[in-house]
Amino acid sequence: MDAKRREVLKTGGGVLALAAAAGIIKPGEALAQEWNKAAFDSKSVADTVKALGGGASTPSSAIEIIAPDIAENGAVVPVAVESRLPRTQAIAILIEKNPNTLSAEFAIPAGTDPFVSTRVKMGETSNVYALVIADGKYFHAVKEIKVTIGGCGG
Amino acid sequence: MADPMRIRANMTGDKVEVKALMAHEMETGLRKDAKGNLVPPHFIRNVTVTHGGKTVLSAQWGTSVSRNPFLHFRFKGGRPGEKVTITWLDNKGDKRTDEAIIAGG
Repeated sequence: MDAKRREVLKTGGGVLALAAAAGIIKPGEALAQEWNKAAFDSKSVADTVKALGGGASTPSSAIEIIAPDIAENGAVVPVAVESRLPRTQAIAILIEKNPNTLSAEFAIPAGTDPFVSTRVKMGETSNVYALVIADGKYFHAVKEIKVTIGGCGG
Repeated sequence: MADPMRIRANMTGDKVEVKALMAHEMETGLRKDAKGNLVPPHFIRNVTVTHGGKTVLSAQWGTSVSRNPFLHFRFKGGRPGEKVTITWLDNKGDKRTDEAIIAGG
């Protein structure tokens, strides 16, 4: 059943890419703000780190992921990330088994706590990575969140 | 025009605690409607929070942020009575800006 679901998701992605190529889905108006398309299109943790400008990231116990062990509803999974790394510049939330790995990236200016909390969708049980850029270096923490009901529609 | 955000900004010690709830469908582009047609993606891509002309948080989001997104963070340098402004911009170019007055302290 799970395999079938992945097939449906894959096919969905293909159709979407075709539609985009054919110009059916028009990109938004000229955007004043930057959006890292390559990072959000990435399909793996390693590719996402690369698209965010990092070579590799180091595991760090100074990053805490505050999230449930089991999420009953994959459509709404509360995830908070707190970094104790000095000079934290950015925090990103990555969901390994989602169709696109990167969920959100937050730029943390000086004066703002290295902490963010939001809610994300998870298609299935997966490792969730908190990637932190601190002093120009890349660090991460991982937590597995089990999902009882997937949240990517379909 | 999208519905207004609900924003709360409260002093917690010397920091401003901001909690915001945005009204947005956050459509992934992977979901099919009743007829089996793919629903095109429609999601917030950029969120910017400013206080006193300074950006205190900026975010880039993908399609996997939940529907009606929630955001919670803290920053230093705000005082009660001052404004916190949040703007979001989605992939279709829709935009919404709302503000809240910092309470407590």
